Amino acid sequence: MIAEIGHYALVLALGIALIQSVLPIWGVRTRDDALMAVAGPAALAQALFVAVSFAALTWCYVVSDFSVVNVFENSHSAKPLVYRITGVWGNHEGSMLLWVLILALFGALVGLFGRNLPRTLRANVLAAQSWIAAAFYLFILVTSNPFLRIAEAPLEGRDLNPLLQDIGLAVHPPLLYLGYVGFSISFSFAVAALIDGRIDAAWARWVRPWTLAAWMFLTLGIAMGSYWAYYELGWGGWWFWDPVENASLMPWLAGTALLHSAVVMEKRNALKVWTVLLAILTFSLSLLGTFLVRSGVLTSVHSFATDPTRGVFILMILVLFIGGALALYAWRAPMLKQGGLFAPISREGALVFNNLFLTTACATVFIGTLYPLALESLTAEKISVGAPFFNLTFGPLFAILLLAVPFGPLLAWKRGDLVGVAQRLLAAFAGALVAAAAVVAAQGGGPVLAPFAIGLAVFVMIGALVDLAERTALFRVPLAAAVARARGLPRAAYGTAVAHFSLGLVLLGIVGETQWNTERIVSLKPGATVSLAGYEVAFDGMVPRQGPNYRELAARFTVRRDGVVLGELAPSKRTFTARGTSTSEAALLTRGFSQVYVSLGDPNADGSIAVRLYHKPLVLLIWIGSVVMVLGGALSLSDRRLRVGAPKPARPKAGLQPAE
Amino acid sequence: MRRLRLVLLALALLHAPALAVQPDEVLPDPALEARARALSKELRCMVCQNQSIDDSDAPLARDLRVLVRERLAAGDSDTQVVDFLVARYGEFVLLNPRVGWHTALLWLAPAAVLIGGAIGLVVLIRRRRGANPTVAEQVAARTLTPEEEARLARLLDESGEPRP
Repeated sequence: MIAEIGHYALVLALGIALIQSVLPIWGVRTRDDALMAVAGPAALAQALFVAVSFAALTWCYVVSDFSVVNVFENSHSAKPLVYRITGVWGNHEGSMLLWVLILALFGALVGLFGRNLPRTLRANVLAAQSWIAAAFYLFILVTSNPFLRIAEAPLEGRDLNPLLQDIGLAVHPPLLYLGYVGFSISFSFAVAALIDGRIDAAWARWVRPWTLAAWMFLTLGIAMGSYWAYYELGWGGWWFWDPVENASLMPWLAGTALLHSAVVMEKRNALKVWTVLLAILTFSLSLLGTFLVRSGVLTSVHSFATDPTRGVFILMILVLFIGGALALYAWRAPMLKQGGLFAPISREGALVFNNLFLTTACATVFIGTLYPLALESLTAEKISVGAPFFNLTFGPLFAILLLAVPFGPLLAWKRGDLVGVAQRLLAAFAGALVAAAAVVAAQGGGPVLAPFAIGLAVFVMIGALVDLAERTALFRVPLAAAVARARGLPRAAYGTAVAHFSLGLVLLGIVGETQWNTERIVSLKPGATVSLAGYEVAFDGMVPRQGPNYRELAARFTVRRDGVVLGELAPSKRTFTARGTSTSEAALLTRGFSQVYVSLGDPNADGSIAVRLYHKPLVLLIWIGSVVMVLGGALSLSDRRLRVGAPKPARPKAGLQPAE
Repeated sequence: MRRLRLVLLALALLHAPALAVQPDEVLPDPALEARARALSKELRCMVCQNQSIDDSDAPLARDLRVLVRERLAAGDSDTQVVDFLVARYGEFVLLNPRVGWHTALLWLAPAAVLIGGAIGLVVLIRRRRGANPTVAEQVAARTLTPEEEARLARLLDESGEPRP
């Protein structure tokens, strides 16, 4: 019964979505307020019905209703409650339902908080949002219905893939989808602006907070996914340039570019046409990511061809929306009026530079991910494009971009002074040189790249601080005056500095992990000790344990440094009874930003066991930096100017116009 | 009893998928082993989804790792090992695709997009400058319409000044 309610609610949501796709637009054409006003309540109702549908599926999982095929295939009654719930989106059908739930929630939020939008814009945005929703409801109902029943209900389910039975599944996909789907708002705003044929700085002011929020979720989602892979997969890798990862990186790169170009549009009324295009591209890449991951096209072109229903359906959605939006763009964009002029050396110029490099990086990932597919379907020639290619192409692009980061915020709008900015960055240059020299001295003949990369990271970090120091006139005016200025700075300025600073943190982490990583692969018997980058790791022994739905062999290690015990590590090897598969649970000991990482391999007949031990210096900075980046975004988002639904500030008195 | 359970569990796990590089695979010569590791990071485990044989725990990846080490121990150079594997499994085994006509588009793409984008920007900025130039720029660039040119010439002729 519950499953049928869920199914029916989804059908109703589709019905409402269809109404919401048509009536508001019609209202805009006929200038009918009543029709336009349908959009808001319809968006709310849609969200409500999808939520009911999602809750129904969750209920089936919680009570282990194995008469529902989806639950039978992906759950097990012995699974802990939290994994029964997260298992809802640990499969294709459920994850698509989560996708549309988030889409509907974003629509409802625009309906709720968009009251200060112009009526026509709001109606158009919600209608565009609803087209996407309708297409995906239809997709779920036609090809991926999670509510199908089995005539004879089995007694037990097949369990969830053990790798997914982790708290990571509770965090990573929802965050990632909030990011992916959040960009649908920017997309809908862009489409609405194109339909209207009108766009101004106010549009950018509305779009920016939505884009920023989506970007924050996506950043966090990617970072959490990376940390999950790091500790779950057992060899300490955190980024693999896997097509599925690339699928999430592409919208992130485009979204980051969009954030920056929207700044230019809001402040200087320039780059309008480009910003609209980026908004369309960003969500298109999100759709592409969904297609790549959901269609099975990545595993092999052939597996896609053998069961093409889902893939072809999403491909049609993809073609319809991307093609439609781009056609609309080609038709209407020339009507958008161009805005303010600027010299190449200026804040605008720096942001254009940023966009050029981010879009190039995005295009590189795009081509690298899809090239093997294209080549194989055109010439039947099979090649692989993996990490070495991306490191070689993506790395230099990002290095140049990072080098430019400290310059951007210091340049003046319209016409900047590059030499002056370079002079103000002297402290950052000096810091970078000192750091690089220190690295050379410390590591002797170690990795060649490390000094450059560390220098770059320090340059970016000090550069961000210089930006704040310049804005508060620190060291140039008395301290009290500087503090007063610091109080008066808009939060967005702090957001910029914090986010840029975090880039340096992430880079430090990446350098530490890739350049100074120590690895030992050994067979150990209880009582043995391994030395690892100055630590002594002693293998104390193994005990078998019984978990709720697995058995495990848990080992115990003691980590010492100079004879002092620092902590114990308990990696384990789990065998899941239902599927007969096993996972290796790594154990981590954190020291500052560095970690000692131990994971178990196979036991040998002679009583020893294969063990991989790593020392990963600064590795935590990769994720701490990402979180700091999101905090920077949050600071910006909390800026009064951008706060969603904030009342408009009182009209400033003539002659008191604040300088930017 | 406890000990027995441990042994039983250990035996049950014996056939479980192994972690990537195993202790028994590691070569005694550290320099050779380092080369083997570097090589295996660039070789694809062909039955996996986008994993290098260094990362993969599939049996095929293990076979390839052992094979790479055997060739290296036999005195092959890195290129010889790679050539051997490509001859055997095709270019699909390389995570870093070879530069050639079939990958020209792939390898040129990043530079092409960057340079193309930069040129596009310069053209766009020029054109927009041309569309609304300042007076000083108009004079400097001498972008007067033919009518304006003719009028200027007439005026200059009348005033008797030398033509510019």
